[in-house]
Amino acid sequence: MTSYVLGAAGPSVYWYLTRSTGAVSLLLLTLAIVLGVVDVERWSTPRVPRFVLDSLHRNVSLLALAFLVVHILTSVLDSFASISIADALIPFIGSYRPFWLGLGAVAFDLILAVIATSLLRARMGFSTWRTVHWLVYASWPIALVHGFGTGSDASSTWLIALSVVCIAMVAVAVLTRVLVGWPENIRVRAAALIGTGVFGLFIALWLPSGPLGSEWARRSGTPASLLPHSATAKSSGGTR
Amino acid sequence: MSGPAATSTGERSRASTQRAEPALPRLLAGIQPQGALTLDEHVAVHGPMPAAAGRGRRRDREQAATLIAEVARAGLLGHGGAAFPTATKMQAVAGARRRAIVLANGAEGEPASLKDRTLLESLPHLVLDGAILAAEAVGADEVIVCVCESAHEAHGSLSRALDERARGASGRAPALSLTTVPSHYVAGQESALVNYLSGGPAKPTFTPPMPFQQGVRRRPTLVNNVETLAHLALIARHGARWFRELGTPGQPGSALVTLSGAVAHPGVYEIEHGASLSSLIAAGGGSTARVRGALLGGYAGAWVAGELLNGVALSDEHLAPHGASLGAGVVLLLSEDACPVAETARLASWLAGQSARQCGPCVHGLDALASTLDELAAGSAGSRATQRIDRLASLVARRGACGHPDGALNPILSALHSFQAEFADHARHGLCEACARPGELPLPERPVTDARMRAAVSQR
Amino acid sequence: MSQRVRVNPIACEAHGMCAELLPERITLDEWGYPIVDETPLHGSEVAHAMRAARACPTLALLLERAGDERRR
Repeated sequence: MTSYVLGAAGPSVYWYLTRSTGAVSLLLLTLAIVLGVVDVERWSTPRVPRFVLDSLHRNVSLLALAFLVVHILTSVLDSFASISIADALIPFIGSYRPFWLGLGAVAFDLILAVIATSLLRARMGFSTWRTVHWLVYASWPIALVHGFGTGSDASSTWLIALSVVCIAMVAVAVLTRVLVGWPENIRVRAAALIGTGVFGLFIALWLPSGPLGSEWARRSGTPASLLPHSATAKSSGGTR
Repeated sequence: MSGPAATSTGERSRASTQRAEPALPRLLAGIQPQGALTLDEHVAVHGPMPAAAGRGRRRDREQAATLIAEVARAGLLGHGGAAFPTATKMQAVAGARRRAIVLANGAEGEPASLKDRTLLESLPHLVLDGAILAAEAVGADEVIVCVCESAHEAHGSLSRALDERARGASGRAPALSLTTVPSHYVAGQESALVNYLSGGPAKPTFTPPMPFQQGVRRRPTLVNNVETLAHLALIARHGARWFRELGTPGQPGSALVTLSGAVAHPGVYEIEHGASLSSLIAAGGGSTARVRGALLGGYAGAWVAGELLNGVALSDEHLAPHGASLGAGVVLLLSEDACPVAETARLASWLAGQSARQCGPCVHGLDALASTLDELAAGSAGSRATQRIDRLASLVARRGACGHPDGALNPILSALHSFQAEFADHARHGLCEACARPGELPLPERPVTDARMRAAVSQR
Repeated sequence: MSQRVRVNPIACEAHGMCAELLPERITLDEWGYPIVDETPLHGSEVAHAMRAARACPTLALLLERAGDERRR
């Protein structure tokens, strides 16, 4: 993070909180997925029995939700871009980068559904619960793209490093889940494999020309009034 | 209490009068060597069906309660193998709030049993009477008759019988329909039948809820074996006292048994409970070879050694000391040419293959038991084989969702008990010369699949 | 009102968490499936039993009133 300037011209503390809690949420979500796969693949050791890993999976997921809630609240409180609570929950109705922000709302709604059904799983059939639970595999890539799309510091080293680590962890987790037990339920597994490949390709092609490319802020739908007009504006930190 | 066994399917019987004779034949009265009794012939033998005893009008409700009470007084037990008191079941369904449905269970997945399909083939109207009366007594508006998909004659017979009734338009309420069910062993289990008719596979489900609470289409479902319904039809006509004039106090009335194996005239016979096994064999033309042992009840039944058979009487209380019960009415005589060790091993493998494969202990336990028995037959099991079998038996008992694993233990453990000499001989010397001969137990190929089988449903 | 634990053998897929969380009542057989002691639970065991039931990935472990009829 380059030095910040207090006052109306610089990023507020809420902006930093939004970005950091967003990044942590992504990391926690990644860990939750890794632990979920560890859980379903029944990995355990005598010192780390199954119920411990299972509890860890549940608790990390709840922690991710907690960070997400803070992330949303701080983005609303941040006065720079007018984001309302509704924009955070209902996709694509906002005025600030509506599509990319909306993806965040989509991811959040999916995660809410997953966590709600998990808390209430004793009251529904197992296969209903499991079908909804698989939505988490959709929520993660959406969250990732949301992070790249809405961030103005997408090119910062730490964020890229974090993203690479998370992508690697989820890729390994998904591949493990798909390949162990192959070829049972081959249609679902093959679809997952193809989806993962397609997403990977998309990220590889989109990132350089998109968020890491020039004038992403304008192209992503930042309201004109918020765009920097000065040619000397720094490319990160001071600009929005 | 050893009255003679009576009429097999091979004999012609004169139509009896309306007066209720206590003696045999009862169910098989009027049975013809070929074809089914028409509705008129059925009425000529047994008299018309008793008046409607349905729920609704006060008089009808009283009559319904009267029929269930009569069945209770008669002490009728289920003839599907579990011998559960029929009146208790009917009471439970009648007491439910939702409109009930009746399943006449003719699935008969037991390969060594032919009584149910014989009844449906030759005496469909007797079964239909019982089903309609039961439906009226429990307040059901629908009866579904379930027949094994391989029992084509029974299906045809029932179809024609249902046509006859539709033409007759007696005005009796329950809607009658006919459906085929898969032929594998567990398909006839109560919850499996309900599962299948509710659109699922013919595999047992976890209970509770029991079918009488929540069955087909979530309605209280009365599942009765077709023979039980046939008895019910006669109790409704002739009363509990008449019913109890045959049989034993603990197991009154008559029963159908399938006599097969080393006997001159294998077939379906009607006996009174408590009849001696020797009289049944005599009625069947006598045994065709020395009998090594008899499998009683079915493939979930027990082996009784040949030397003990002379004193055996066919009722649950008389068979209990031998570790056996009448079960599904199977009496299979193993000749001395057969090897009981090989037969038991084959049976164990077959039973393991007939598992619905839904419960770990059943799948693993029965597979392990089958391999151990194969090793015992081949003489390669080692000295701890019986301990292994005992351990597997305790691991398997009561740990499945249905009674299949427990049932499978019966022939295995009773064989070890009844044929000790043969098993010891195999432990020492491996396969005997009788092992190579074709098996005497019918073990048809009956894959248990999830795919919905052809289900011909004809609405009436 | 006393309670007991029971396993639905069809839903059970031998994850084994129940045996970790309620070893007083549940042991695993050689294939990983639970052998359940279905006698009524002591008061102190109920909380552990509830946790074990919640932990089961397939919701196969049930906590129910002891004495409910269990006929097949």
